[in-house]
Amino acid sequence: MSVIANDASAQLLDQVNQALAANTPLRIQGSGSKAFLGRAAEGQLLDVREHRGIVSYDPTELVVSVRAGTPLAELEAALDAAGQMLPCEPPHFGEGATVGGMIAAGLSGPRRPWSGSVRDFVLGTRIITGQGKHLRFGGEVMKNVAGYDLSRLMAGSFGCLGVLTEVSLKVLPKPRQCSSLRLEIDLERALLKLAEWGQQPIPISAASHDGQFLNLRLEGGEGSVNAARERIGGEDLDPGYWNELREQRLAFFADARPLWRLSLPNNTPAVALPGEQLVDWAGAQRWLKSDADAAGIRAIAAEVGGHATCFTAGAAEPFQPLSAPLLRYHRQLKAALDPQGIFNPGRMYPEV
Amino acid sequence: MNILYDERVDGALPKVDKAALLAELQRTLPDLEILHRGEDLKPYECDGLSAYRTTPMLVVLPERVEQVETLLKLCHRRGVPVVARGAGTGLSGGALPLEQGILLVMARFNKILEVDPAGRFARVQPGVRNLAISQAAAPHELYYAPDPSSQIACSIGGNVAENAGGVHCLKYGLTVHNLLKVEILTVEGERMTLGSDALDSPGFDLLALFTGSEGMLGIVTEVTVKLLPKPQVAKVLLAAFDSVEKAGRAVGDIIAAGIIPGGLEMMDNLSIRAAEDFIHAGYPVDAEAILLCELDGVEADVHDDCARVSEVLKLAGATEVRLARDEAERVRFWAGRKNAFPAVGRISPDYYCMDGTIPRRELPGVLKGIADLSEQFGLRVANVFHAGDGNMHPLILFDANQPGELERAEELGGKILELCVEVGGSITGEHGVGREKINQMCAQFNSDELTLFHAVKAAFDPSGLLNPGKNIPTLHRCAEFGRMHIHNGQLPFPELERF
Repeated sequence: MSVIANDASAQLLDQVNQALAANTPLRIQGSGSKAFLGRAAEGQLLDVREHRGIVSYDPTELVVSVRAGTPLAELEAALDAAGQMLPCEPPHFGEGATVGGMIAAGLSGPRRPWSGSVRDFVLGTRIITGQGKHLRFGGEVMKNVAGYDLSRLMAGSFGCLGVLTEVSLKVLPKPRQCSSLRLEIDLERALLKLAEWGQQPIPISAASHDGQFLNLRLEGGEGSVNAARERIGGEDLDPGYWNELREQRLAFFADARPLWRLSLPNNTPAVALPGEQLVDWAGAQRWLKSDADAAGIRAIAAEVGGHATCFTAGAAEPFQPLSAPLLRYHRQLKAALDPQGIFNPGRMYPEV
Repeated sequence: MNILYDERVDGALPKVDKAALLAELQRTLPDLEILHRGEDLKPYECDGLSAYRTTPMLVVLPERVEQVETLLKLCHRRGVPVVARGAGTGLSGGALPLEQGILLVMARFNKILEVDPAGRFARVQPGVRNLAISQAAAPHELYYAPDPSSQIACSIGGNVAENAGGVHCLKYGLTVHNLLKVEILTVEGERMTLGSDALDSPGFDLLALFTGSEGMLGIVTEVTVKLLPKPQVAKVLLAAFDSVEKAGRAVGDIIAAGIIPGGLEMMDNLSIRAAEDFIHAGYPVDAEAILLCELDGVEADVHDDCARVSEVLKLAGATEVRLARDEAERVRFWAGRKNAFPAVGRISPDYYCMDGTIPRRELPGVLKGIADLSEQFGLRVANVFHAGDGNMHPLILFDANQPGELERAEELGGKILELCVEVGGSITGEHGVGREKINQMCAQFNSDELTLFHAVKAAFDPSGLLNPGKNIPTLHRCAEFGRMHIHNGQLPFPELERF
């Protein structure tokens, strides 16, 4: 698949400067595939999709620099052609999902606990700031500690700190061998098993529990994957399962009740939740379909040291509220990068 | 241009009345150990960048978080600058004290609070040594991955402040990739938690922002790190090359074969000879470059990868490829590399270690540029290189007793870093900016970028009391530096007045 390249950064910068001059809030958007997540931002649409294409990609450097409006699928196809991948397996949630949206939402797929998150693979960014400047932070090298790390800060900031125009990402070779399997064991036992395996060099790269089966993916060299497969046993699982899980297309997600995501510490035992649950990330991410109120769900998550996000549009507080000092520093940081408050105001929190 | 704090270009510091401050501290925190006499302050006048020294006004050695909290509140109210220090092993002068400030030594916070093998994390105080974490996790067959070369001595709080690296970063990441949570105190002495026990936390990723912020945004009081299962086996291949270009290309070939080594190090001939004379690692002293490639993981995979990498190295033109026969030889191969700095110290009265990073493909050109600069400045340069992640450590050999040599070494070092920036790299991969590279920051970032950094700093520390003068240069310093250093005939920061 060829990737269409177009540098529209000058137009984007113009649009931001006009918005600054008129004090008009902007609603930054790619394809809108993740618009359901978070609060609805008011403002004039700033569509970044014209600014697209791979700026540089040298597989032997393990780095790709790509414009924010590039369709994620095109980036993944280019990496795949070179035998490489985005190890964090970001969900698309729609055909047109862009690289910018992937960074802004900061969501990672089933491999996250073992590979790292979207932010872990960010090496550098170009950002249009609230001062109306197009600036560069970080770079295209693996190690870089010059200045504050504004690049990784962009991951998961939902466009509230600036307009991301370009990102440099660390990429990795695809594993030589993959094997997916499932075991019929209950959640309690599955979590105990996962805690035990987690302390051993077993090449697990995905682990979910759907109420009946523990689903596992093994990735690595032929030797380690085959040995682990032999040891763990179980029956074959269609590897397409992981994509369906990541894109929330499993039957579990079709339930009409609101979807919640609970992010919990490693090794949290089975938790009774008010609704149906699907456990991912070896227990560190639990999906919940529930009509229960936000406060109740958040209290359960907090009880075990985690937090909860509502993944269904329309929630008053989709993200876990921040402590008073954290909220104050969020506002001060927002004011530093976006003094006029024009970038996606209120997208994460009403005050930010 | 001198890197010691210069109020003329770095900004005026608050005037602090030492006697009054000491009296108030003694009254408010009667059980806090405070050093205030000249001879007691002396050991704290520098960190690992020992060429630069400043005697701090006072040194405090707290043992409890409440003491640090009260101290910060008091300093905030009185407008006293605070420089935090861990073990003092940093190489960029990040913990260089101020005459008008307190040096806050966190070394006594040295308790490992919790090791949870099933949760694969360790919760520790900031003064705990990096290696001590892995030692505490070892009974569970777990370890903490980032291993800066100072890991025997350096503290985890300092690792967070500097986003410390090591030789295994390509595969296992930097400090930022191996943290779950840090507890901090703000400049106002307010407690705040960044990150969480879970894999993510709500809001902006302030944990990422704080990691590597060099004590400018807050004081780390507790750290929760991730632990990993120890690799079952590790094997090392040593390959010799008759040119550094070939060795550099071989690194790209290994990656292209889809293999991510645990460690991948390169040394040039001067480093090889120095290390061999010192350690007798069995290095081929006639080689222009050697590569050390460590493959770790599950035994079957490592065995396969060793065969693959050997083949790649031979195809890339290696004159010799040796697999360490046993653990003793593997340790010896690494000992040569790990002792490269002291080994170079034996062949030169002094050396100055640089820390630039470059895209790997630029290696041949950059090494050529370094050789030219070395000749131009009349100083030898030995090259040691974390080849896997593009982090170079050129060691500039000089004699501080020869008038002007230190200055020449520093100027040469500055030029090497600017060369790294020119090819798309960075002035610092893992040592930090501190005071050492404060001038080179002006080459890597433009005035708008630096202004934004100052705004980020002000969001957390509006009065600028935490580690003033480190990490981000003032625009005035850059203007002054630019005046001395006109690049390609273009004056940097033309918008600023010169003085």
